[in-house]
Amino acid sequence: MKRTLITRRRAIIAGLASLGGLALARSPRSLPPTYGNLLRMGDTFTYAAQRTLLPGQALVREYSLADLTSFPATGTVDTSPLVTPARLEIYRQLQGGGFVDWRLSIEGRVTTSRTFSIDELKQLPSRTQITRHTCEEGWSAIGQWTGVPLRTILETAGIQPSARFVVFYSFDDWVDSIDLLDALHPQTILAYGMNGRDLPMQHGAPVRLRVERQMGYKSMKYLHRIVVTDEFDDGGKKGNIQNGWAWYTGI
Amino acid sequence: MTGHARWVRISHWILTASLLTLAFSGIEILMVHPRLYWGEAGNDLTPALFELPISRNYKHGGWEKPTPFFADVAGPISSIRTYDIFNQNGWGRSLHFLAAWCLVFPGAVYLLAGLFGGHFRSHIWPRAKELAPDTVWRDMRNHLQLRGPQATGGPMYGVLQKAAYSFVIFVAAPLIVLTGLTMSPAVTAAYPFLLRLFGGYGSARTIHFFAFVALLLFVIVHVVMVVKSGLKRQLRAMTIGE
Repeated sequence: MKRTLITRRRAIIAGLASLGGLALARSPRSLPPTYGNLLRMGDTFTYAAQRTLLPGQALVREYSLADLTSFPATGTVDTSPLVTPARLEIYRQLQGGGFVDWRLSIEGRVTTSRTFSIDELKQLPSRTQITRHTCEEGWSAIGQWTGVPLRTILETAGIQPSARFVVFYSFDDWVDSIDLLDALHPQTILAYGMNGRDLPMQHGAPVRLRVERQMGYKSMKYLHRIVVTDEFDDGGKKGNIQNGWAWYTGI
Repeated sequence: MTGHARWVRISHWILTASLLTLAFSGIEILMVHPRLYWGEAGNDLTPALFELPISRNYKHGGWEKPTPFFADVAGPISSIRTYDIFNQNGWGRSLHFLAAWCLVFPGAVYLLAGLFGGHFRSHIWPRAKELAPDTVWRDMRNHLQLRGPQATGGPMYGVLQKAAYSFVIFVAAPLIVLTGLTMSPAVTAAYPFLLRLFGGYGSARTIHFFAFVALLLFVIVHVVMVVKSGLKRQLRAMTIGE
């Protein structure tokens, strides 16, 4: 009778194979590009590991009004290194008009591309949540956010079955994306209110994203355009990866 | 039988490399925001537990005039940062997590092997009779007089040495891993008890820092003892093993 031994070598090979399976459970085109950079490979491993090991769509902790803290504003529209004078001028004009002419477009792999004005967003069912904003720098702050679940917007436009990512474009010229698990998460909202008032300019007026299970920089400010895609889009020179930053920051 | 087992020698150097990388990248991350807090959240506009003068970000003061969120002017405020801070977290954070993966996998193998192979029981965990006050006192006196035993190139270890290894393996290392995980918003969404256990994100970050300080002190003492007891002999024992 042939005996099956669990040798050390076999155990190591089995372990490596299952790790590989973990990382490659997705097709390469649905993972962020690494450009051969070991650090970005580590980010991708963290992404695959967290998506594989952490159970489904758990909600982050929500706090009470008594827990609200002061809230620094960093990377405001004035100081972003990427912002162009032309774009800043457009933003200033919209801001001067109380954002009545501002439109948020949703396009890409959707049944009907369309735009939303701020009033149209406010007419949709809203969600208010008091959550902790965790900055990659090391500080954190608790704020109350009111807005439309991104899921509602995506369902209104009708996302196609092949869709995998949602890409965001901002007035300060950033391009960033999240996967559908984060996009459809109940606490992922397009926030137009903060601490009971309209979202202040320095916190991303008129509308910012809240992605509560990732670091603060994924919660993009000053949104104007949303594109649903089938494949990963790293935003090129305006995205995190080519600027040397992790795309997935659940850690 | 003395000498280090091969799996101990291999994990020792993998863990050394990842620990040094974690310390290097961790210090970079701390330099970006050298303020530590107690509780759920904290930032430049709230009081710090303490601040470390380790980068140009220390008390930089580059803030616009604050505006209160509510009619109560003593309540939460907002302010725009005007100061261009030191921030190399693009590589710092990613390197930290890459090194953390290299700590967690070999670390888990080391823990399981040590637990079930008898290494911890026979060599690391102090025996009851070694904890007798006079034994501990004698070992302590020897250390204070800088009169350590000559290198044996592996176990058996003295009682203080065992206590130090036990502290690192069973207290400091698990604590630094768990507080690290508590700083991950995706992890605490799935396992919110971590935030309750450590008293919030801000507290977890501070405990993470103190666990680092404890490990740093251990490494310093460890290296001093290795050098004092015979560097060449000890290095040979932990590499080629004899």
